[in-house]
Amino acid sequence: MANVTLRNVRKTYTGGFEAIKGVNVDVADGQFCVLVGPSGCGKSTLLRMVAGLETVTGGEIDIGGRVVNQVEPADRDIAMVFQNYALYPHMSVYNNMAYGLRNRGMAEAEVKTRVEEAARVLELAPMLERKPRQLSGGQRQRVAMGRAIVRQPKVFLFDEPLSNLDAKLRIAMRVEIRKLQRRLNTTSIYVTHDQLEAMTLADVLVVMNGGQVEQVGNPLAIYEKPATTFVASFIGAPPMNLMSTRTDEIKSQLGGSASEAGILGIRPEDFAITDQTPAGGVALPLMVEAIERVGAETFVYGSRAQDEQRVAATPGELPPGEVIVRIPGTEAPAIGARIRVAAVRPKLHLFSGDGRTRIEA
Amino acid sequence: MVEDEGIRRYVAHFILWVGIAIVAFPVYIAIVASTQDNALIANGQMSLLPGGHFFEVYYQTIFVGTSGSTREPVGNMMLNSLVMALAIAIGKIAISIISAYAIVYFRFPFRMAIFWIIFITLMLPVEVRIYPTYKIVADLHMLDSYAGLALPLIASATATLLFRQFFMTVPDELLEASRIDGAGPLRFFWDTLLPLSRTNMAALFVILFILGWNQYLWPLLITTRDDMQTIQVGIRKMITTTDALTEWPIVMATAVLAMLPPVFVVVAMQKLFVRGLVETEK
Repeated sequence: MANVTLRNVRKTYTGGFEAIKGVNVDVADGQFCVLVGPSGCGKSTLLRMVAGLETVTGGEIDIGGRVVNQVEPADRDIAMVFQNYALYPHMSVYNNMAYGLRNRGMAEAEVKTRVEEAARVLELAPMLERKPRQLSGGQRQRVAMGRAIVRQPKVFLFDEPLSNLDAKLRIAMRVEIRKLQRRLNTTSIYVTHDQLEAMTLADVLVVMNGGQVEQVGNPLAIYEKPATTFVASFIGAPPMNLMSTRTDEIKSQLGGSASEAGILGIRPEDFAITDQTPAGGVALPLMVEAIERVGAETFVYGSRAQDEQRVAATPGELPPGEVIVRIPGTEAPAIGARIRVAAVRPKLHLFSGDGRTRIEA
Repeated sequence: MVEDEGIRRYVAHFILWVGIAIVAFPVYIAIVASTQDNALIANGQMSLLPGGHFFEVYYQTIFVGTSGSTREPVGNMMLNSLVMALAIAIGKIAISIISAYAIVYFRFPFRMAIFWIIFITLMLPVEVRIYPTYKIVADLHMLDSYAGLALPLIASATATLLFRQFFMTVPDELLEASRIDGAGPLRFFWDTLLPLSRTNMAALFVILFILGWNQYLWPLLITTRDDMQTIQVGIRKMITTTDALTEWPIVMATAVLAMLPPVFVVVAMQKLFVRGLVETEK
């Protein structure tokens, strides 16, 4: 039980490359914190710094009120689940889980109780004597989890633990991890590049990009009010439609100070196909270029003839002039049809021209 | 088509049998000759069937030796060879696995320089550095001793490189997991790296044991006392005799005996050996 506080944490490699450029995060006791971002954003590095596997070149990492910058990983009272599980291949499942306890000089009877309890919780009891190579991916994953929970650490660290599993198992394990964490009520930090995983697991979501924190907060709050265009297009799938406010078409509809903002964002599900223009809202004529039907909903890809102006470059961004509209059901306009979509005022997101600041209109 | 396949298979098998015969015949001759009477062999009347002197020849070979001036029981020679070969194989594995561990897992000044120095010694086998090596061993008063036989042959670049390559394929996460599990460098080495290297060590042991067992030049140079002779040197000495008949049955018995330990090692460790060469347990 502990809170984790990162104070202006920095990581500069000897070559001068700055992987982490001053990160401040506060994870309260028992919270589930997810670090999310595209590959290379520094999220794994940051987690490994908390674990003590990477040195901290600036700032402080505080676990449970103790600055641990110089503390060995074993003495930080953390447990980590690795992406490739990092099970000891020559040890049985039992020994994999018991190893860390025995190294700490725990009595064999206590080791046995703890391992068997973890095996029961994770449904590993029938395979305690097997070697990791005799297990399926999901079972290995559970052994890795077991190795973490037997230690009863202050903090769990997860480094993309589900990315080696197939899609179905990933969802099942995601739920299991969440339930387990709730029950044990142990502070957790979880790294992923999958925004869906991030949204569903997190109490606190930290969106990272280029070694910096873009936004911290409740996942839904971030979804509702992304602070930057990066967050806007990274969180949510399909990504938010971003367009320049400088074109006459949009400028005239927004009017006033809003039209000076620079970038307008509208989520695909906030559009409706309609001929009306809601008061203060935005309506766009589109040419339907592609339709994706996934059952419960349908995505309409349309192009705007007028807008050729490119807005801030962010991952997951749409090609300029393309707009995605999400409509419920399978009813959809024909390809090549000209339609008109509109979004109401409260659903509009406005950002400064460089995409770094959200503007509340 | 079917007959064709059959014929082809017979041809292939025939060729293989010829090959086996060519390889095995000298071995057979050695075994047969070691059971015959010496006079018969000296007359050139050796039979291709085993003779009746098996027990007396082997008894004499192992416990007495030839009747010449350098009589030395082969049992003793085998012991010498065994000690040397084991010391070389075990010593090489021990030293090279430790140095490979240092080079792969630790950052220290001149790490790469040291790695390259080890690498360069690949080009300097015993034969090339024989004079300086002899001088050092002589100055250390290690002539005619097991230490002198084994020590100069222990440092091994090949084995170090092999372990280095293997260690580099071990995922870093294992080390990190060990660190989080509270295992220090020695524990990680002992608990994780050594068990993972087991098959590699077995494969190396087979190769190095045979290499050590078959050493000829070095033992010939540094052993002068008969009771420190190794079996390979001993065979050679038995053949060249002055003023006496070469005792071929004993020579052949010695040759057969010299074959046994390598054969035993290969057979005993075959499974591990093959696994160590073809698969890495991960």
